[in-house]
Amino acid sequence: MTTTVTTAPGARASGKEVSLQQQRARAAFWFLAPMLVMLVIVAAWPLFRSIMFSFTDATSDTIFNGQSEWVGFENYLTWRVRDNGEVRWRGVLADPDWWNAVWNTVRFSLISVSLETILGLLVALVLNAEFKGRGFVRAAILIPWAIPTIVSAKMWGWMLNDQFGIINNALMALNIIDTPIAWTARPDTAMIAVLIVDVWKTTPFMALLMLAGLQMIPRDMYEAARIDGIHPVKVFFRLTLPLLKPALMVAVIFRVLDALRIFDLIYVLTPRSEGTVTMSVISYLNLQQFGDYGEGSAQSTLLFLIIAVFVLLYIWLGRVDLSGERSK
Amino acid sequence: MIEFAGSLLLNLAYFAAFLAVTSLVVFPFYYAVLSSADRGEDRTGAGLFWNIMFWLVVVLICLIAIFPFYYAILTSLETGTAIFRVNYLPESFDLRNYESVLGGRSFVRSVLNSVFIAATTVIFALFLAVTASYALARVRFRGRGLLLMTILAVSMFPQIAVLSGLFELINWLGIYNTPWALILSYTIFTLPFTVWVLTTFMRDLPVEIEEAAIVDGATPWVIISKVFLPLLWPALVTTGLLAFIGAWNEFLFALTFTVDETKRTVPVAIALLSGASEQEIPWGPIMAASVIVTVPLIVLVLVFQRKIVAGLTAGGVKG
Amino acid sequence: MANIQLRNVTKSYGSVTVIKGIDLEIRRGEFMVFVGPSGCGKSTLLRLISGLESISTGDLYFDGERVNNVIPSKRGIAMVFQSYALYPHMNVYENMAFGMKLGGAGKGELDQRVRQSAKLLQIDHLLDRLPKQLSGGQRQRVAIGRAITRDPRVFLFDEPLSNLDAALRVATRLEIAKLHHDMRDVTMIYVTHDQVEAMTLADRICVLRDGRVEQVGTPTELYERPDNIFVAGFIGSPKMNFLEGEFAAAQGCSTLGVRSEHIDIVPQGAGMWTGTVVHAEDLGSDNYLFVDIGAKEPIIVRQPGKVTIPEGATISLQPRPGMLYRFDDTGRPVQAPLAAE
Repeated sequence: MTTTVTTAPGARASGKEVSLQQQRARAAFWFLAPMLVMLVIVAAWPLFRSIMFSFTDATSDTIFNGQSEWVGFENYLTWRVRDNGEVRWRGVLADPDWWNAVWNTVRFSLISVSLETILGLLVALVLNAEFKGRGFVRAAILIPWAIPTIVSAKMWGWMLNDQFGIINNALMALNIIDTPIAWTARPDTAMIAVLIVDVWKTTPFMALLMLAGLQMIPRDMYEAARIDGIHPVKVFFRLTLPLLKPALMVAVIFRVLDALRIFDLIYVLTPRSEGTVTMSVISYLNLQQFGDYGEGSAQSTLLFLIIAVFVLLYIWLGRVDLSGERSK
Repeated sequence: MIEFAGSLLLNLAYFAAFLAVTSLVVFPFYYAVLSSADRGEDRTGAGLFWNIMFWLVVVLICLIAIFPFYYAILTSLETGTAIFRVNYLPESFDLRNYESVLGGRSFVRSVLNSVFIAATTVIFALFLAVTASYALARVRFRGRGLLLMTILAVSMFPQIAVLSGLFELINWLGIYNTPWALILSYTIFTLPFTVWVLTTFMRDLPVEIEEAAIVDGATPWVIISKVFLPLLWPALVTTGLLAFIGAWNEFLFALTFTVDETKRTVPVAIALLSGASEQEIPWGPIMAASVIVTVPLIVLVLVFQRKIVAGLTAGGVKG
Repeated sequence: MANIQLRNVTKSYGSVTVIKGIDLEIRRGEFMVFVGPSGCGKSTLLRLISGLESISTGDLYFDGERVNNVIPSKRGIAMVFQSYALYPHMNVYENMAFGMKLGGAGKGELDQRVRQSAKLLQIDHLLDRLPKQLSGGQRQRVAIGRAITRDPRVFLFDEPLSNLDAALRVATRLEIAKLHHDMRDVTMIYVTHDQVEAMTLADRICVLRDGRVEQVGTPTELYERPDNIFVAGFIGSPKMNFLEGEFAAAQGCSTLGVRSEHIDIVPQGAGMWTGTVVHAEDLGSDNYLFVDIGAKEPIIVRQPGKVTIPEGATISLQPRPGMLYRFDDTGRPVQAPLAAE
């Protein structure tokens, strides 16, 4: 087939042989090109256009016909001095709804990721222990992971239902509460509901990542510790945790980045609840529901910037070897 | 400003307290698990207590993991007023919810849409990813690490950040409200993911086999197609399966780029499943639909359990 | 079939130079062994000749033709790897045929060649097995068979025996030596860190250290006339004894070398050195005595047969005349004749 590449007549005619390294570099270029072109089309270009939209007054009526006007930073922040000298701020950065969404996102990410880390590590330790039925536990925890987010949102939405939900029923039977709680509707419990579902669904993923990290720790290290009579809790803090740190860091970063952009669970479980609207959700509502492409894009661009800064900080501060290049 | 700083501090304090309480609550369970290997056949009272704690942890994990799905199945088999009576054990076996879901044409249509879209996306992504990951894993060139990081960054993209630009592109291409809109947009996460995972798998193949092939006269393309692909097919299956699940579960793009009921994918169909009136949520059919789309996934995941765990961790942890 | 010339060849990875200017000629049909301690660059040198690594500066000629930029498969080489590197998904036949198939050989010719080389290596009964169904020794034969099938001008071996157990290593070594006799006009280059392999297989040996050639010569030349103290110490087993200080000064050099087999035990007081036996190793055919004569380390004396000298005994030692190697403080042999003789 393509073996002829190596003896391409052009190469011989010009009197220049193609060395192995040149051949491989050339092949690598052609191998990477389609993927890179595709990524530019579906990621880089749309991202660029979205950022451009955030500087225009585009709406759902003007987005496709090019009639939107360039408005500079007006979608982000602008001010007008009133006649009485009072300064009025406008734009996303002066919008309390936006700051509420930022706050919700941060709160959600911090709490969900810390819970998932603590519980995920517990599950990973269980799976790393030796006992009968370990295979069953591992299979069981894969179930929440495999269930589509929308389906889990609906399932839990039903279980958390205020009148007919099994959770309220159980809590009342146990005398923990005396009246049913409208979990997903009340602003103060909506976030709890979202957290429960997210932790339920994502802890298995964390556990599997950490289990892989745990299994890379040589068994004889534990045996040596046991022969030396070191207390298992001490072994955990002095040995397991430090050795697990790289795997733990990577898992936490992946999860934080994922949590910061959460959309579907919240959109389906607690639609339009003040207490759970995140950056992705508020941006989506502006774009799709209200057709305000300028402001919606400004919000999505801000989210992108936050995540980008976060990633850069993490790589720079933690010197995390995400690409696995260095460990090679 | 001072007010803001104050509330920030207060919230930080809350968060610290929350972490402390959580750790305290969880610690006994940790202890039970950590000391399980040492305990062995400890017959003393304390040993027995911690053994019970250990099994409590195991049972709780399984129960919490399985119960919601079990309850969904339970609900899906109930109709009428039975559905609104809370019961923990199966009481009725009524398939009418399934009939109503599968009887309506649009849901079956959604399933077919999802299968077609997810399968096409995955095949397309794997096709591009195999050659690209060979170049990334096996050829030394300047900027390789940076390129890998960029690809990883793309898969970490908030999808909302490209939504309006992608909307414009899809409209311009004239594929709005068709499966191709979703196939195109899903590439944004399936492609980086498959490239990433396949690169880690490809890196682990022995160097000398490739060198033997080079000495035998194999070009890079022959190395990929004749030598590496036959060795990599388990990895391909795993990666493909994971990407398939990702595409199958996607919601935001599917919600945005389709309007007609017949063009929807399964997650959108379930999210937008409505009853006779706005107020009445058809819980029975929703649960039936949920069970229908989830059972095949769970079966797949359980069958490919070991491979999936390997694939997930190849994407994540590198010792 | 090829004469290989290296002219001032270097190889650098970034700022690290691994091969530091090598001039070497490998003659047609010769069995050349590259030997040296780990990290000396012997494998890198082989990979430069194979074309798997690119040469940083300098020239490489095959039969007078510069091949620096020729891809490996066009150089007419075949290579046997340390880990065998068989294609795991192909059976033995396909493994051996892969290269020829890619080269566009006809079916009949291909089949004939594969069967011929399989017969030569006595693996013709294994042709439809997969590599994982073979033993380590069989895999190594298949790897060699695969190389033969390509009918190479130059045969390259990269530590091919180091993954085999001791008994198999000796048997396969013999096999390779036989191969060399059968394929008289194929140039063979063999990399090893084991000087016994080097001595037994080579027509000529090239001793490398730290990216440079220390000495090239026949096994006998290296053994009898080492160019420097490194080669003297590297070739020969057990290692040559080195004496410094007054022992060396007495012979007019800064380091005095003497091989363990060139030292005789003589009657008390008659020898050049006197010392106590601190340890004895009985290898059956030979006896190694470790004798402390007051030097930094005990010297090793090799005695054929069963010599029963108890540990702690004091003995007198005499090196054989003309078998002393004298080196100056740069490690080079001292040319001036010894005044005492």
